[in-house]
Amino acid sequence: MKVCISSTGKDLSAPVDPRFGRSQLFLFVDTETMEYECVENPALTAGGGAGTKAAQLVSDKGAQAVLTGNVGPNAFSVLSAAGVTIYAGMTGTAQQAVEKFKTGRVLPVSSPSVGAHSGMGGR
Amino acid sequence: MIIAVASGKGGTGKTTIAVNLALSLENVQYLDCDVEEPNAAIFLKPAIQKRVSVAIPVPEFDEALCTRCKKCVEACAYNAIVILGQKVLLFPQLCHGCGGCRYICPENAITEQPRQIGLIEQGPAGSIDFIQGLLNVGEPMATPIIKQQRKLIDKEKIVILDAPPGTSCPVIETVRNSDYCILVTEPTPFGLNDLRLAVDTMREMKVPFGVVINCSNTGNNGVKNYCASETIPVLLELPWNRRIAEAYSRGEPAVTIIPEMKKDFHRMYNTLLTKVCS
Repeated sequence: MKVCISSTGKDLSAPVDPRFGRSQLFLFVDTETMEYECVENPALTAGGGAGTKAAQLVSDKGAQAVLTGNVGPNAFSVLSAAGVTIYAGMTGTAQQAVEKFKTGRVLPVSSPSVGAHSGMGGR
Repeated sequence: MIIAVASGKGGTGKTTIAVNLALSLENVQYLDCDVEEPNAAIFLKPAIQKRVSVAIPVPEFDEALCTRCKKCVEACAYNAIVILGQKVLLFPQLCHGCGGCRYICPENAITEQPRQIGLIEQGPAGSIDFIQGLLNVGEPMATPIIKQQRKLIDKEKIVILDAPPGTSCPVIETVRNSDYCILVTEPTPFGLNDLRLAVDTMREMKVPFGVVINCSNTGNNGVKNYCASETIPVLLELPWNRRIAEAYSRGEPAVTIIPEMKKDFHRMYNTLLTKVCS
């Protein structure tokens, strides 16, 4: 199964990025082989609509699940419409997130975990 | 003569200054451009006679013509369009109504539909021609309403533009091409910090400006020292006064209960008139 992890670094030892739309990078991981691909987030510097743009990428890449810290309302809408399952509240490294996911003991979110613009940071 | 009343910090008294200035002059048109939270009507009590809806154009997709080529998705600077397999999703609140998607679509599958985002209301408030913009709750974009409001400007009158707080797009849209901008501040560190931002904005826009210090008998000397060192004119200092505060809480403007204050506002108007004309 192909999952997408919001990541602060280029490999599985990097901590999970708590933001989905404004994530530094995305790691697309095959959960059987643990092979992964690192993709830049095209929405990182978007003026607006980062959530929709990042979610479009996840859908285009064919991931079936997203592992992240938080997901906003627009990203949630797109991912849900694309049939992508969202696991929020992930912490630790990308590797740990995948392992936690593989235990099957994590529950997907059924609504956005944060409001719009939560990943915009301080001014 | 177009006078904008702006501030960096919110709650410094933009509307107080704008309303009392308007009531101290003749032949005034008043535009409340703080469309997210217009409140001048509380004090001016206009009789609204005209309501016009404001809309922005948003795309509508002909699913039969659309080939899902995603050129519109790539073109949209605001990421308002998503295509998932055969599904075309529009996020209307992200759409700025620029028309880029319709322009780029090779199949002519996109038409535009108006989406209402707010209202403009107009009517007399005594002798004042009063206009206010109202953005629908939850709408993120104020500028289309302010743009529409500005089209109603009557250059035969003294036009007072009551701006939103801050230094973002709605403020720029309100203040641009004004003859003068009054920056209202309070003598506190917050007031000074945000005044500096507002001053930078005015300089960038090349709009002449001066400062009004509200509640001038409170706080510290930071604002005054800053204005002196930057040679920014202080147009008026308005001390805190319990009678004014009480009247305000009842929706009564200061010049209604203390008519002598009209002279101060009139003097301020003459000061900025000479600055604009020189």
